[in-house]
Amino acid sequence: MESKGDFRAPVSQTPHTIEKPKDTSTIGGMISVEINEKKISVPLGTTILEACKMAGITIPTLCHHEDLCVAGVCRICVVEVQGMRTLQASCAFPITSPIKIRTSTPMVRKARKHVLELLLSEHYGECYACFRNGKCELQFLAKEYGIDQYTFGHVTEPQFEIDNSSYSVIREMSKCVLCKRCVRTCIDLQEVGVLEAIDRGDKTHIGTFLEKPLADVICINCGQCINRCPTAALRANDPSDEIWAAIDDPKKHVVIQTAPSPRAAIGEEFGLGAGHSMTRELNTALRRIGFDKVFDTNFTADLTIIEEGTELIQRLYKALVKKEQVALPQFTSCSPGWVKFIEHYYPEYLDNLSSAKSPQQMFGALIKTFYAAKAGIDPADIVSVAVMPCSAKKFECNRPEMNDSGYKDVDFGLTTRELARMIKEAGINLPEMPKSNFDSPFGEASGAGLIFGATGGVMEAAIRSVVEFVLGKKAEDIFEKANIIPLRGFDGIKYMEIPIGDMVGPVPKLLQSLVPNWDWLKGATLKVAVAHGTANAKKIMDDIKAGGKFSECHFIEFMACPGGCIGGGGQPIPTTPEIRRLRAQAIYSEDESLELRKSHENPHVVKIYQEFLTEGPCSHLSHKLLHTHYVKRGRYIA
Amino acid sequence: MENKKRKGDVLFSKYNRGEGIKKALSITREDILFELRDSKLKGRGGAGFPTATKWTIVAAAIADQKYVICNADEGEPGTFKDRVLLLEYPELVFEGMVIAGYTIGATKGIVYLRGEYEYMLNSLEDYLDSMRRDNLLGKNILGNSKFDFDIMIRLGSGAYVCGEETALIESLEGNRGEARNRPPYPVNTGYFGMPTVVNNVETLASIPHIITKGGEWYRKHGTDKSSGSKLFSVSGDCLRPGVYELPWGTTISELLKIVGAKDTKAVQVGGASGICIPKSQFDRSLAYEDVATGGSIMIFNENRNMLHVLKNFMEFFVEESCGQCTPCRIGNVKLLEGVEMIEKGEYKFSYINQLKGLGKTMQVASKCGLGQSSPNAFISILENFKEEIFNGNGGGNGK
Ligand SMILES: Cc1cc2nc3c(=O)[nH]c(=O)nc-3n(C[C@H](O)[C@H](O)[C@H](O)COP(=O)(O)O)c2cc1C
Ligand code: SF4
Ligand code: SF4
Ligand code: SF4
Ligand code: SF4
Ligand code: FES
Repeated sequence: MESKGDFRAPVSQTPHTIEKPKDTSTIGGMISVEINEKKISVPLGTTILEACKMAGITIPTLCHHEDLCVAGVCRICVVEVQGMRTLQASCAFPITSPIKIRTSTPMVRKARKHVLELLLSEHYGECYACFRNGKCELQFLAKEYGIDQYTFGHVTEPQFEIDNSSYSVIREMSKCVLCKRCVRTCIDLQEVGVLEAIDRGDKTHIGTFLEKPLADVICINCGQCINRCPTAALRANDPSDEIWAAIDDPKKHVVIQTAPSPRAAIGEEFGLGAGHSMTRELNTALRRIGFDKVFDTNFTADLTIIEEGTELIQRLYKALVKKEQVALPQFTSCSPGWVKFIEHYYPEYLDNLSSAKSPQQMFGALIKTFYAAKAGIDPADIVSVAVMPCSAKKFECNRPEMNDSGYKDVDFGLTTRELARMIKEAGINLPEMPKSNFDSPFGEASGAGLIFGATGGVMEAAIRSVVEFVLGKKAEDIFEKANIIPLRGFDGIKYMEIPIGDMVGPVPKLLQSLVPNWDWLKGATLKVAVAHGTANAKKIMDDIKAGGKFSECHFIEFMACPGGCIGGGGQPIPTTPEIRRLRAQAIYSEDESLELRKSHENPHVVKIYQEFLTEGPCSHLSHKLLHTHYVKRGRYIA
Repeated sequence: MENKKRKGDVLFSKYNRGEGIKKALSITREDILFELRDSKLKGRGGAGFPTATKWTIVAAAIADQKYVICNADEGEPGTFKDRVLLLEYPELVFEGMVIAGYTIGATKGIVYLRGEYEYMLNSLEDYLDSMRRDNLLGKNILGNSKFDFDIMIRLGSGAYVCGEETALIESLEGNRGEARNRPPYPVNTGYFGMPTVVNNVETLASIPHIITKGGEWYRKHGTDKSSGSKLFSVSGDCLRPGVYELPWGTTISELLKIVGAKDTKAVQVGGASGICIPKSQFDRSLAYEDVATGGSIMIFNENRNMLHVLKNFMEFFVEESCGQCTPCRIGNVKLLEGVEMIEKGEYKFSYINQLKGLGKTMQVASKCGLGQSSPNAFISILENFKEEIFNGNGGGNGK
């Protein structure tokens, strides 16, 4: 691997598919095919699988995933193509000529059953003792194909040791079906590349660099592999037993913060379609489970905007007015997967990372200081849980530097999936819960904090505040309804310029100790960019290294996960582009329904700067509690 | 010992170095493709795809770069004829590549040389140098200002599957040697996505003869559907193992006579992935239309235990499967387990029949030719040597 040099992760097999023509109206652009004697017309290059879907025919799949390049390895999706001796994998077969397809012949059904029976013969474990029970693609197919015995046997001993070295991702390769979705995710989607097929023949297995435990390689803990694994071979490191224990311990004061993305997705675990926000139902459910207080992470998202925005203004002021050497563009730091990625791959750019902690960790530090004092509780008795869409948050809260309150700032990171299970275990049907509000003293937060969940959201929240600070105008006067559309949507990389012009406003009180006026920004153009998925982050970083367009940006939002947090590694499975779109939609419409949509207008934020962080943003105390530092890590080994 | 040869009158007929390239450059690409089509040459790597068709597709493709790859991985158990060609007739192989390059419009050729053949690397490089000196390779070949072509040699990684053309290309690109999905085929999307001709050593070695002597001359040898001659790598129980050039259509019993085989019980044609022919079928002929083969002939006499023979083949596949697709990766393990059950006498016929059914699935549902052909031996040996295996020496007490 080292010899590959350069910054690229090893590439996975190139997806050798035929490109679809942009214009299907050209001659040959559409091909007519016959599926089970039904004729349909499809664009050239459509796969048989896609064509069948169009024709309303379901083909079973296992290695295929909408987010990933074609693999064609499980062979469950085979169909007959007239004139071809062998069956064809429908997920991998691009249609380039008129063909006749049959999807349910005796040969096809037999082959599919054989594939399943073979997989099950090597599959260790029983479904009733498995966290994917009821949500497993292998189990689902076995049921669908009426597998009622192990024709070719069934292993009774695990073939691999469980790797639970990582705070975030547990690997149980005895349950792996070698679909390589995780490999393609890690290499293509994330360009991290810590997972690879190793050995061949019957010894083939998915392993890590030099077969080291996951904690010792450059895994960024994003959990994207978990979200795409069809079985229980990959799962998050679940702390719910410890959380139950804390809840059951009368001496402990157990508080929980909920991030916006889990709220937008947890309904999926209770049978709702994607895109139903459950924020207030969740508050009630959490109290019924036994959490003593329920807080809204968006509060510290708002705080993040103030701290990170202030930091940006400081950097710009230093660079433009004082002519000091400062690291620009400033990078966001709220995605712990991204933070670990840059620590491994671009350690020379750590100064560009905002020193502001993520909302989760800011909240952790405030709960065990500000809140503890206010509520008169010994912070040693507080157990602080964070519900996050993310598996990397588990790693983040265990970073040794995250104890600025004098205690472990956040005790447990809990994923959406794990929380849903706890709620079910408590016998609660979430969608039926009455609605209730968050607890004081943090109360409700702004819509700006809410949209942190979708790619572009942090930037949008920041810009809403920055334009009001600098221009002295309402964000609504600049962007319709304060929605900053160019920063929304799922393009891998988004870019936007905001000209400041000659009309600047007065410096708001909060920032008066930092800058005398805005005259120095007159005529400037603020350049920002957004990337989600570390493969896209890599593109921007390489461009910056080469001195390209992005090196002229002032502020760049990076999220490790495709789609941002709504697509996080702790979110309900499955994940598809459509599901992520619906989750984002839920967040944006909730934001639009709120009165309060700008971080700096959040009265609780204003109050905390009056009562607690009295020296203002980026001051000494705020630096102690709300900011952090980063570490350089190796390129191949953690 | 294996280098002992019988020279036939096609591939091993007289040939003057450089003649093929010279002739090819003096005629048009269309003329070359015409001769090739006229010759009815089919690929000698095993699949038997018409070479003219393959070249025509690549010649017609529009691309910045095209490639000629010589498949010298020779990994099929019991094959060693490509080694003989490379060692003793490098001019035929390399000139075949140059002619391919000229015909399809490629400037680069790559020989994917089996890892175990590393010992010939230096002499092959020397030979390429001598061709460069004689302007049979390099820039403006034989003064033709429009034709540059050079050849480099890359060593294989030692996996059998890397002989499969798409796995070979993956391996050349620096990836794990695993077969690609097809379609698209290498002729469209080959080495680094460019149109690529992949041909076996023997196929390429036939080209200079066809160009100099004509397609019609070539076609006169062999049978109607299988033109020309074939090199057979003969091993096993016979007096004279080695490489034989015989016309297509030669029957198995004729071949056995030529190589001095006695008391032959079975002939495995096509290596581990081929089929096992019992005595009762020795009158079948070696030809694409009957028993097709890449050239491996393994002879087993009456003393051999066919179950052990089968077990060896299955062990080979369990290890050599690239491991990416389910039917081949796990299927071969199951077939091997079945053989072991029979060996121990602990089996049920119903299960063995189920395994045969599984073998049929592997033949149609595996991703590449390795998995598709791996059950051949299982199916043909259990079928053709039923009596011996289930009642006789190797047999058990099947219930
Ligand atoms: C498992 C496997 C191994 C193969 N090994 C070889 C090989 O060693 N040499 C070879 O020429 N072709 C081999 N082939 C066939 C090639 O895929 C391909 O068909 C051939 O190189 C094409 O050349 P031809 O048209 O000249 O025969 C193999 C195929 C399979 C499925
Ligand atoms: S991974 Fe799926 S098939 Fe395997 S034990 Fe778990 S639920 Fe059952
Ligand atoms: S968590 Fe992310 S970085 Fe780690 S193995 Fe999975 S996909 Fe790769
Ligand atoms: S770990 Fe999961 S995603 Fe990866 S190959 Fe195995 S089953 Fe597939
Ligand atoms: S058939 Fe065997 S060798 Fe071919 S792709 Fe499948 S596992 Fe690999
Ligand atoms: S879904 Fe098509 S081969 Fe796996």
